[in-house]
Amino acid sequence: MIDFFFLVPIAIGLGLAGLASFMWTLKNNQYDDMEGAAQRILFDGNDRPAP
Amino acid sequence: MSCCAPGAELYLHQAGSLDDEILLASRLVHDDLRQTDLSVPDIHCGGCLQRIEATLGKLDGVASARANLSARRVRVLWRGETPPPLIPTLQAIGYAAHLHDFGADRPDPVLSHLLRAVAVAGFATSNIMLLSVSVWAGAEPATRDLFHWISALIALPTLAYSGQVFFASAWRSLRHGRTNMDVPISVGVLLTFAMSLYETIHHGHYAYFDAAVSLLFFLLIGRTLDHVMRERARQAVGGLARLSPRGALVLREDGNRTYLPLDEIEPGMTILLAAGERVPVDARVISGSSEIDLSLVSGESAPRTAGEGTLLQAGVLNLTGPLTMIAATTAKDSFLAELVRMMEAAESGRSSYRRIADRAAQLYAPLIHSLALLTFAGWMIAGGDAHFAMTAAVAVLIVTCPCALGLAVPMVHVVAARRLFENGIMIKDGGALERLAGIDTVMFDKTGTLTSAQPRLAVHGKAGADALALAAAMAAHSRHPYSQALTALDHDQPVVLDSVSELPGSGIEAQRGNDVYRLGRPDWALAERSLSPSERDATVVLAINGIPYASFGLDDQLRQGAAEAVAELKGLGAFVEILSGDNDARVQEIARQLDLTCVAGARPADKIGHVEAFKRAGNKVLMVGDGLNDAPALRAADVSMAPASASDIGRNAADLVFLRESLLAVPQAITIAKAAGRLVRQNFALSIAYNVVAIPLAVLGGLTPLLAAIAMSLSSITVVLNALRLGVQTPGRNAPSSAVERETPVLAGALK
Repeated sequence: MIDFFFLVPIAIGLGLAGLASFMWTLKNNQYDDMEGAAQRILFDGNDRPAP
Repeated sequence: MSCCAPGAELYLHQAGSLDDEILLASRLVHDDLRQTDLSVPDIHCGGCLQRIEATLGKLDGVASARANLSARRVRVLWRGETPPPLIPTLQAIGYAAHLHDFGADRPDPVLSHLLRAVAVAGFATSNIMLLSVSVWAGAEPATRDLFHWISALIALPTLAYSGQVFFASAWRSLRHGRTNMDVPISVGVLLTFAMSLYETIHHGHYAYFDAAVSLLFFLLIGRTLDHVMRERARQAVGGLARLSPRGALVLREDGNRTYLPLDEIEPGMTILLAAGERVPVDARVISGSSEIDLSLVSGESAPRTAGEGTLLQAGVLNLTGPLTMIAATTAKDSFLAELVRMMEAAESGRSSYRRIADRAAQLYAPLIHSLALLTFAGWMIAGGDAHFAMTAAVAVLIVTCPCALGLAVPMVHVVAARRLFENGIMIKDGGALERLAGIDTVMFDKTGTLTSAQPRLAVHGKAGADALALAAAMAAHSRHPYSQALTALDHDQPVVLDSVSELPGSGIEAQRGNDVYRLGRPDWALAERSLSPSERDATVVLAINGIPYASFGLDDQLRQGAAEAVAELKGLGAFVEILSGDNDARVQEIARQLDLTCVAGARPADKIGHVEAFKRAGNKVLMVGDGLNDAPALRAADVSMAPASASDIGRNAADLVFLRESLLAVPQAITIAKAAGRLVRQNFALSIAYNVVAIPLAVLGGLTPLLAAIAMSLSSITVVLNALRLGVQTPGRNAPSSAVERETPVLAGALK
């Protein structure tokens, strides 16, 4: 039973971390140009995210 | 007047006003940093992004440029008083660019809320499911209680956040005394949660937190897909060139020229209108003369002459010379605004259509609620155990919760929208797809819809090669649209002319030796009044000393695929008709070519009347049109389509916009809509089949959370897979792909 006290929080914490990072990408407009992002990796000198 | 002067002057006007227009359309983001959005439809690859960003980035004053491949747009941040030469620079590297309206590109708060709601529901579903699996696997009572409590803690905030979407909509609908699909969803989810909480508090075996949350998750996916589809079409349509002017160059009393936004223009102001611009408000010409293009306003394909005293309606295009005009109305009283009012009136007739999902909800909600109530009453009478009766009743609500239904319809619509998009057709919402499947009458506008938007000049009668070469040589001296079309006749024969002069409104006069050549209006170019029929019809005549030498007439060119499209529509059993504002003879001509009945000379009000007469007779009308004058009829019809070349207002009024030249888009759209309609019905049948199996189980009290989860996931997956079949089928894919071949103009070039 004692295992639950750290295993369950870890499991939920990981889930929350995933949720938070998704929210961050959403807020950062990373889904604005999906096609463009796929094409941009083919070109040099474009290794920084959009301003 | 020399032929060059008007051109040079007009270029200056345009350059001045374009800068002002960019400034007016830009937004101050931060200190002195301004943002301008450009719509660049030709962006198509990663290389384009690189090139555009690098080129614009090098301009003085540009802080950053970011191109977007999905939306075909460029966002430029710049500093300074005057905007950098963005559009000319893009044009120089081969990309046509238009100013993009700022208002059309706001970040969409509804979509981001939906996405966040989906993310939260997805997180909650996966975590609660993990806990539930261990409970199903047979956890000890203490562990089970603990897991139920954790599930409850995750489910409560999820319901409060993600559930809002449905609760708010259900509440709105209930308050107006109606019911929609969100009512049974909300009741089901809330009751399931309440019962599970009760069970958890009383150390019960079964809690349905997973069912409540995964219901929300699946339904939110459906809701989001529905929204994304509508949004994408709206943006794509908004990204096309805008046609109504943003403002106009006004000549102040003190001689200053200022560029004023549209709603600050008042009657009595003097407006300077360069060639190539649209008239901003209804106005009377006081000086200058020009040809004006009425095709988007009245449907007439032939340009008209405008001179001193002519009253121009807002929206007509000035083709050749600069005009000075006195504004006659404000923007809100002008012809455009009047059309908008007619559209709103026509719109009210359409709101009676209810989407298939809403109609189903109307039946569905009372049915399952009474079923749940009956289950409760039945068990109370049979056993008298309130707890067991309540559990059974809630189980009924869970299995009948229209999860599959909520996903079935939007999923089919999204796949159908993608199919349409592949064929170059944008659709604005799923309701239009349902309406399109049921149509039995198709009405076409003529100018710009059945015919290509650019009428052509064709040789009437016979004309020798030397006559054509002569006409081309003379036409090269003028900017008139007819002249530009005639220039294309050039046969590489050097033609020497002594002096050439253009008489605005009449034509071009040239001297060679003792002969006087005239190219222009028949009544001006020809000396004698006894014209032959072909010359009387002619738009442009070439004459030597008043004797006709060659004559040219406007020839409406059928849009690509028009004949095939009409044939296919007839094959689908639809009644097809032409409803045009152009003059009778020209409409008759096209009607004869396509073997259709026609109505000519229809004003906007006549068009509405005609469409409504058909609707009253019980027909479902599809209106295909492009002009401002079609806009009210587009609204009045059950469903409407417009080509991408249509007027702004026409495109906004239409439910579907086809981007390719070919008119075959119309039968293709109908075929896809019909296929989508079939799939929606199949999906309904599948959902009902699941319910038929699951409901008896629930009524008898035999439903466990595990069974509920399996039934729900299976039914959702089945309807999604079934919807995806639409993407695989290939009816109507015989359309020419994006590489549309254009026939070369045999006789003369296109106008404009």
